[in-house]
Amino acid sequence: MNNVIYMDNNATTRVADEVLEAMLPYFTQRYGNPSSMHSFGGSVARDIARAREQVAALLGCHPEEVLFTSCGTESDNTAIKGVLSMMPEKRKIVTTRVEHPAVLATCRDLERHGYSVSEIGVDRQGCLDIDELGFRIDDNTALVSVMWANNETGTVFPIEQIAELVKVRGVVFHTDAVQAVGKIPLNLKDSPIDLLSLSGHKLHAPKGIGVLFVRRGTRIGTFMHGGHQESGRRGGTENVPGIIAMGKACELAMRYMEEENIRVKALRDRLEQGILNTCPDCFVNGDMDNRLPNTSNISFEYIEGESILMMLDKFGICASSGSACTSGSLEPSHVLRAMGVPFTAAHGSIRFSLSRYTTRQEVDFVIEKIGPIVNRLRDLSPFVAKAEK
Amino acid sequence: MWDYTDKVMDHFFNPRDVGRIEDADGVGEVGSLACGDALTLTFKLDENGRIADAKFQTFGCASAVASSSVLTEMIKGMTLEEASQITNQDIVKRLGGLPDQKMHCSVMGQEALEAAIEDYYRRKGGKRPEKSKGVIVCTCFGVTDEEIRKVVRENNLTTVEQVTNFCKAGGGCGGCKERIAELINETLAREQIKPVSPCPKRPTKLTNIQKIQLVQQTINEQIRPALRADGGDIELIDVEGDKVIVAFRGMCAQCKMAEFTMRDVVEARLKEYVSDSLTVEELKD
Repeated sequence: MNNVIYMDNNATTRVADEVLEAMLPYFTQRYGNPSSMHSFGGSVARDIARAREQVAALLGCHPEEVLFTSCGTESDNTAIKGVLSMMPEKRKIVTTRVEHPAVLATCRDLERHGYSVSEIGVDRQGCLDIDELGFRIDDNTALVSVMWANNETGTVFPIEQIAELVKVRGVVFHTDAVQAVGKIPLNLKDSPIDLLSLSGHKLHAPKGIGVLFVRRGTRIGTFMHGGHQESGRRGGTENVPGIIAMGKACELAMRYMEEENIRVKALRDRLEQGILNTCPDCFVNGDMDNRLPNTSNISFEYIEGESILMMLDKFGICASSGSACTSGSLEPSHVLRAMGVPFTAAHGSIRFSLSRYTTRQEVDFVIEKIGPIVNRLRDLSPFVAKAEK
Repeated sequence: MWDYTDKVMDHFFNPRDVGRIEDADGVGEVGSLACGDALTLTFKLDENGRIADAKFQTFGCASAVASSSVLTEMIKGMTLEEASQITNQDIVKRLGGLPDQKMHCSVMGQEALEAAIEDYYRRKGGKRPEKSKGVIVCTCFGVTDEEIRKVVRENNLTTVEQVTNFCKAGGGCGGCKERIAELINETLAREQIKPVSPCPKRPTKLTNIQKIQLVQQTINEQIRPALRADGGDIELIDVEGDKVIVAFRGMCAQCKMAEFTMRDVVEARLKEYVSDSLTVEELKD
């Protein structure tokens, strides 16, 4: 593959050069076990401590509140099941209908084990009904889990406000912040959030490393039994290169987020406007006022997402779709459906997600190519002619 | 990313015979926007009753476009008799194979052809050798029992999941999976292939706690998925003797049809799976 134009950064990101450079020595030179008694290993433990500080600095928390895991999904599972295991008398979880499968599938599995799960709906812009959320919390509720930002539409939820509402009821609050960390500023210092998940490969660290923030005093069961690693909460020899990479990636995010966001947002807006101006019968999904700066989810009427993706792929353009066809399931995106986006428009939805590596030339190239692709597929479609009649 | 054959890619990027024949002899329309794929097939016969020209318009993924495109190639020159012998497997073979989850695209092609041929006979005065259309089993995707029997027979399918891959039935709310399993069993019994396990029987006698558990289980497995498909939800509040108290959530809570949902879905399913003597009441918050 040459000439890749990568606009699928909510799926995964390229590892930053600085991150790769930071992690490489830990494969062949500094490969000691941080638990070892010799200084060769022991010095690695100090490097892990530094990475933990780098993550804590980005999150605005204490280093000991940072627990390294293998991915965002593990963090979500750990948070949800770990909290429930500590309060067996409570049998209810409140979450939303637009969560990532890491949360939704976990909750639905718990449902099969006798837990009751309330899933809060969203409106047409993807915004949560916060009153309903408050209404659903009862004495039986162990945990509320609400994502910070939606991976498909980029809609950002007022997490601090939600967390406050949950904490007032004395219920534990978890947020899946996999899409938010590194893209929007957050500070956990005086926040009511108890647990927060993040994933390395969404912010230019490699795959295979995640973090669960656990506020001091939050009762959470051991998820992986084994050695004393991660304060005994997650046994298993540390993924040292991954942890070092995560630390570095968080440091970079902290340093560049503000200025990058302005640039990335401008590029995203340029892309979005360019597409809307070029193609008739398309519209943007999500909350225009509260949205990740890098994400644009556009529905193209009368045509199907997988076909668009394959045509884009011909030009090396990488994006993703909420169409049923791309997932192999028959139902289109559960997020767009929850928002009440008509089936048709959900099948024809494309998500572009940019990063700090996206250039203006790339954006202009996509704008140039998308029009002819959409026209070509509409020529094939039996619905366009009908719509015109 | 799907593992498409070169042939599929070729037909997707260079589709043959795109369009609509205005003075067509037969027009077949299948699928819909909601289903995620749809196909309109038109053909014109020559003086010898052979298909002289065929054109298609398709909304769908690459395999849907490719199936339509290859189909128009296949049927040109055929008599309607010959064309009606084409199965979805013939389309798959011509494409050099399709991923399992995309088999329904080939079925859609075959169905469009069948619909177009039927349309031709209807225009001529209904001389088509009659065929029963069947009863709709999967309401989400409008699939009939006849269509399910056909894919099971022609592709030797043995599981509900395979049926979903081939004709979409059962891929929406999942409420018809049981019926699909029955149809598979019936069809296989006729074809002498190993059957799948039958569905569980309703218990005759229940203790109070068993009843409550079964009510919860029925709500979780039978009722909730159907409501969720429409953005709603249901919560079991209490069971008092034979009175089950539930609350509607999400879209159902504001739904004007909730009363009907209550009677036709919730109460009907609970009676079916738990006990005929149950009544259901809605708790309004």
